[in-house]
Amino acid sequence: MSPRLQALRGWLQLMRPGDALMLLLAVLATLYAGHSLWTGDRPELAVVRAGGKIVARLPLDRAKRLEVSGPIGVTWIEVQPGRARVASDPGPRQYCVKQGWLTRSGAAAICAPNEVTLQLEGRSSTYDSLTY
Amino acid sequence: MNAPKILTADASDHRVARYAAAAIVLSVAEAAIPTPLPGVKPGLANIVVLLVLLRHGWSDAAWVALLRVFATSLLLGQLFAPGFFLSLSGSLVSLLVLGAAVRLPRRWFGPVSLSLLAAFGHIGGQMLLARLWLVPHEGLWALWPVFSATATIFGTVNGLITAGLLAARPEEEKT
Repeated sequence: MSPRLQALRGWLQLMRPGDALMLLLAVLATLYAGHSLWTGDRPELAVVRAGGKIVARLPLDRAKRLEVSGPIGVTWIEVQPGRARVASDPGPRQYCVKQGWLTRSGAAAICAPNEVTLQLEGRSSTYDSLTY
Repeated sequence: MNAPKILTADASDHRVARYAAAAIVLSVAEAAIPTPLPGVKPGLANIVVLLVLLRHGWSDAAWVALLRVFATSLLLGQLFAPGFFLSLSGSLVSLLVLGAAVRLPRRWFGPVSLSLLAAFGHIGGQMLLARLWLVPHEGLWALWPVFSATATIFGTVNGLITAGLLAARPEEEKT
């Protein structure tokens, strides 16, 4: 047996049966926490509003382009599997376009001058923001 | 007039002081290691606390753990700063957990179990205080998996080191 393997065996002998169980529990708890806290909110729908009214609810599983007209022109919404963005907008400052692709549930792009908003929704609705 | 009261340090006081000094040195040394997140660190002082717990019982371990928290904060200039209270609450929860866990059958649950439970006690106590006081927002829990992984890895490693130290001088283990 190589010395390195022997050293490893020496360390393993310090573990008692319950210790191995406890370690397994800790690993499982970590994996479960990671899974439920980090992958919990995949977005499923892109909700497009114009003037505050919902004009489209686009599923995020297929690509689509949508034209929305507002007071100052036409806003283009683009949807791809798992993400959505404002592709173009007539607003002067282009904030909603520069935001790029939205990928998280609850994320929103707001084109205020043209009164068009794009928001992603998951299975459970999340808060847009919480203030204390 | 009352006779002046003379306090003398007995053997157990000297012992606690010696162990606490070792724990403080380890804490201060590991404070120099850069970490991506406050709270992600090896927690080497827990090795000393576990050794004291298994050799001399819970109350000595509690003395060492709390002296370590106060003295380390003082040395690092963090006394009564937020980090001090996080450290204190983690240490208190960890001690409570250890007080219960030390009653587990020793044949099955050795230092590694105690170390893992203590590590989770530490992050549990810190997260609870952070959530209630420093960052009152549910978003804080997104950090939990990182702390949980840290506790798993360093809890196991510290437990193995403790078990190795006890095995090297077994006559001192309290049964």
